Amino acid sequence: MQEEVVLKLDGICKEFPGVKALQDVEFTLRKGEIHALMGENGAGKSTLIKVLTGVYQKDGGNIYLSGKPVVIRSTQDAQNAGISTVYQEITLCPNLSVAENMFIGRTKSAFTNWKKMNEDAKKLLESLDIPAKPTQQLGSCSIAVQQMVAIARAVDMECKVLILDEPTSSLDEQEVEKLFKLMLDLKERGVGIIFVTHFLDQVYAVCDKITVLRDGKFEGEYDASELPKVELVSKMLGKDLNALSDMEKPVAVSDSTDGEAPVFEASGLESTSGIAPFDFSIRKGEVNGFTGLLGSGRSESVRAIYGADKVLGGTIKMNGKEVKIRKPLDAMKLGISYLPEDRKRDGIVGDLSVKDNIILALQVMKGMFHPISKADAAKFADEYIKLLEIKTASPDTPIKSLSGGNQQKVILARWLLANPVYLILDEPTRGIDVGTKLEIQKLVLKLASEGKSVTFISSEIDEMLNVCSRLIVMRDRKAVGELSGADLNQSKIMETIAGGEKVYENA
Amino acid sequence: MKTLEKPVQQKAGKKSTGNLLTKLIKNQIFIPIAALLILVIFNLIADPSFFAVTLSQNSAGYPVLSGNLITILDNASELVILAIGMTLVTSASGGQDISVGAAIALSGSVVLRVLCGTESRPEALQAPIIVAFLVCCVVAMAFGAFNGVLVAYFKIQPMVATLILFTAGRSIAAWINNNELPIISDESFGYFGNFIPGIPIPTPIFIAIICMIIIALVLRFTKLGLFTQSVGINAESSRLNGINPEFIKFITYVILGLCVAIAGFIKVSRFSTINYSVVAKDIEMDAILAVALGGNALSGGKFNMAASILGAYVIQFLTTTLFKFNVISSALPAYKAVVVIILVILSAPIVRDKIAAIRKKLSAQKTTVKEAAQ
Amino acid sequence: MNLFKNADGSPKRMSDQNLLLTITIAVFFLMYICAVVFLGSGFLKPQTFFNILNENAALIILACGMSLVMITGGIDISVGTLTALVCMSCAVNLDYNGGNVLTAILIALGIGTAFGLVQGYLIAYLEIQPFIVTLAGMFFAKGMTTIVNATQFNVANEEFQALKSTRITVPGMGSYNKLGNYVPAYVEIGVVVALIVVAVLFVVLRWTKLGRSFYAIGGNSQSANMLGINVKRTKFCAYLLCGILAGIGGFVYFLHVGSGSPSHASGAEMNAIASSIIGGTMLSGGSGNIIGTFFGVLSLSTIKNIVSSLGLDEAWWTNITVAAMICLFLVIQSVVLSRKNKAKS
Repeated sequence: MQEEVVLKLDGICKEFPGVKALQDVEFTLRKGEIHALMGENGAGKSTLIKVLTGVYQKDGGNIYLSGKPVVIRSTQDAQNAGISTVYQEITLCPNLSVAENMFIGRTKSAFTNWKKMNEDAKKLLESLDIPAKPTQQLGSCSIAVQQMVAIARAVDMECKVLILDEPTSSLDEQEVEKLFKLMLDLKERGVGIIFVTHFLDQVYAVCDKITVLRDGKFEGEYDASELPKVELVSKMLGKDLNALSDMEKPVAVSDSTDGEAPVFEASGLESTSGIAPFDFSIRKGEVNGFTGLLGSGRSESVRAIYGADKVLGGTIKMNGKEVKIRKPLDAMKLGISYLPEDRKRDGIVGDLSVKDNIILALQVMKGMFHPISKADAAKFADEYIKLLEIKTASPDTPIKSLSGGNQQKVILARWLLANPVYLILDEPTRGIDVGTKLEIQKLVLKLASEGKSVTFISSEIDEMLNVCSRLIVMRDRKAVGELSGADLNQSKIMETIAGGEKVYENA
Repeated sequence: MKTLEKPVQQKAGKKSTGNLLTKLIKNQIFIPIAALLILVIFNLIADPSFFAVTLSQNSAGYPVLSGNLITILDNASELVILAIGMTLVTSASGGQDISVGAAIALSGSVVLRVLCGTESRPEALQAPIIVAFLVCCVVAMAFGAFNGVLVAYFKIQPMVATLILFTAGRSIAAWINNNELPIISDESFGYFGNFIPGIPIPTPIFIAIICMIIIALVLRFTKLGLFTQSVGINAESSRLNGINPEFIKFITYVILGLCVAIAGFIKVSRFSTINYSVVAKDIEMDAILAVALGGNALSGGKFNMAASILGAYVIQFLTTTLFKFNVISSALPAYKAVVVIILVILSAPIVRDKIAAIRKKLSAQKTTVKEAAQ
Repeated sequence: MNLFKNADGSPKRMSDQNLLLTITIAVFFLMYICAVVFLGSGFLKPQTFFNILNENAALIILACGMSLVMITGGIDISVGTLTALVCMSCAVNLDYNGGNVLTAILIALGIGTAFGLVQGYLIAYLEIQPFIVTLAGMFFAKGMTTIVNATQFNVANEEFQALKSTRITVPGMGSYNKLGNYVPAYVEIGVVVALIVVAVLFVVLRWTKLGRSFYAIGGNSQSANMLGINVKRTKFCAYLLCGILAGIGGFVYFLHVGSGSPSHASGAEMNAIASSIIGGTMLSGGSGNIIGTFFGVLSLSTIKNIVSSLGLDEAWWTNITVAAMICLFLVIQSVVLSRKNKAKS
């Protein structure tokens, strides 16, 4: 057994200011093994990969390669040691040919021997059965082929460990098939593969072993054949299935079914983000949610509702009247607010003050020529800073110098100030301490009791159960089930996420 | 962006120690004020008579103020007006418009064309001055809109997009007047670039002040500032908050077009004629420099209008000082280029990080020394 | 990746690079044919074509340097005034400081290299926007030119004059003048230099590691970094090469005009950028071709010749035409790019 181990991580620790990203994590990869690294958002997967590839420096622990301890300080070190990585984003140059992408930056000679390079590339592509021609421009290949070219490059560098970081998230089914074939092929050759993905089916299709991380800690290593899907989900989410299955009852807000038209209703909604067309509706005072693992299409769905991605088709009705939402401003004017998932990229306007960030949405709705007076702005800012207990030196402090949780509260304040009828919250509690999480949950319930409709998305099922009275379950960019009432419990949700059985009830 | 974040962060961190001086130093407007002070002190030492302002008769027989200070305020007018527009463009699009010099030639040419009608040296004005000014505004804003479309909707880098008008602007200006050099003999046209009879202060100073008041009112009573900064800082966030980033970028170029029109109008009024290849030459460099000197990041985002305006005056001060020391006008770009390079190096994120690291090290040493002493 | 052939991997769609190159060459021939048809047989004479080369040898060299930095995704707008500075410095050296042709060449190369080094360092290692750096470079060179010497003057140095008037005849391309005498066709030394530069850079861009690295960092500099390319050094090299080429181009220009003047080569940077863009070099970087740039210069000067043959010889028309061509090709590129992005998503 011992000689088969290619890579062993032992007691890896990594700390960022205020956060313990990795605590005492271990990981073992054997020769010719495909090993899935699983975990929800913030579990520490990407941090671990970055430590392994030299992007981050570990604070503690050891890395052994074929039994020998190694030090990895840069991406170059990792490559030289035989650890190659293929990222979700293609890290190749689209303007160069396939062959060049496989060999550039590796040759010693100052001149390029095109003939030899093309021949070598051809051999390699053929041996790996990659459907690309060496002379083809990389940009003209499909994403899957580009990914395979990146893998081919890694393989040719005689890597012992190949890390595939969410390679399948932008591939369609056939492309995934091709990629799997290549992975199995490499496995035959004795390459150890670390496979990071959010798609459970894919894990079971190719992986031998599964290591689960949770909250930066090692949860366990399992044989794929011995770990049922539902159990894997419960390990990732940190819930013991048997113990918790029937314990919690949702604090459901009364689901009014008195024939009143829904506040928001969409049918066949489709956007450029590649989610399957879906139907959705929400009633006055209702809190519902999209659930599913990261990448399942839950964020894309709400983005389509808000008009954040270009909407391709479908109809939208508000209070029974058909409306058009082409851009975010349309949605805002209809009383829809959207708190985005990626706070830093889509939410905050970093250099602006807390005050300006709070009044931004209201100001935009009023228009450029109807400014909120300084006094009003200060009043609003003070009011919400107090209401949400935002910790900031002053309302004029730039938002980016606040902590993540406080930034999130500012964005929340922005949308509360806009006084929406329908509020979409995508991961409002991510990266926020437990106390604040509870506050936000309470706030959501309070808003609902005031007659607002809320769609709530969270990676934590607990939270969803606390606030939502109805859940739409998503998998692989499709809505696969809708749960409410008695079905709203941990085990049922996990089963639906895992795809054990199709659940279409109370639709 | 970087210019602002650090000082404020520090301020937020240790507000108790913030006395008036450190507050001033950390304010963005400190940079142009410091530059201005250095120039003033330098001139005071070199030649105190630099600052003398006298009341004398001009050629038309009116008493007017003259002196280097008046010259600076007078000549800086166009630059100040341009700096206003350039600040907005920089903030929203993260790039600069290099066609403003050519566009001034163009709008000046339009003014002359309208005033002269078909003749090149008419005895009397062929159209009211106000009509000429309005036509010039429309044309300049149209050219601004052209730049804006290329930048905002075709997503071409601002400097490259404005290269087109930079190349063609002066030629179009010449073409508008059939490459003739029209001269306006009507005195009233000259009032806008020189003196209004009876008022001893040059008119451009008033025009510049009016522009400053207008922009102050605009920034005060509309949220143009908030929207442009928001787009410049995070376009995607702004879009999700309902702002149309493309339109905001576009509109800043149109506003700059308006500024160009006013500056061009002053320019032709000064001489009552135009020299297409020389008028407002290199003024784009000065305008960009004014924005940079005001401590605004050339990569967009937060801006401080007052600092930009002050920056423009500092540049004119520098120019006048250099003239005073007999530097010929065609050699001026070399000196200014050196100033620009020093400024961009100092504001480069990498350099700032390094300086910050060194400072940290030094203060760490200091504290260890203190501790050792105790 | 055959130069004139379609990338054989994508039989249905041309690669963008080859598409743009094909457009350029087609535009050039189309324009030249138009010139021949509408403006008489003057354009049929080989010497007319060689004169275009003689006039534009310096521009070809400058445009080659510009293409290099544009392929890496940058820009260098200092080359025009740098040319003027080189001319003036060489002229002063030859006539006032007792220099000879060799020292003049060394001065030209020295100035170019110095600009390349400083600008390259600021852009590559301090990561300052190329446009700002080279804008400052442009104004610095402009000011320095008048500091070196403020007025125009013709160089009298005999050695230099001999070199300037050297003509290299092109066998078999001559024509008969009105008197029936055979006039051999000729090119100036500068043209030979320009052709050598084009050939060398073609080889560099196609077969050397450095050349391919230019494309790689222009395509995606982060990826290039991941692929093991030293992005900073490569960028630095591009600006250094561009500076050196501006030095060479400056001397070739000097050789053609034989004088120093602050107004020399004004707007040359714009013509160089225009030529590169017309030649299929993308402003966004990652694609471009020296052969295309060469044809870009020829297209640009042909259209200028056409404009002046039409009797519109006022300088403004050429500028407007050049600007219109830049605009046209910018929009074409923008459309090509957005089409590509759409195809991807």
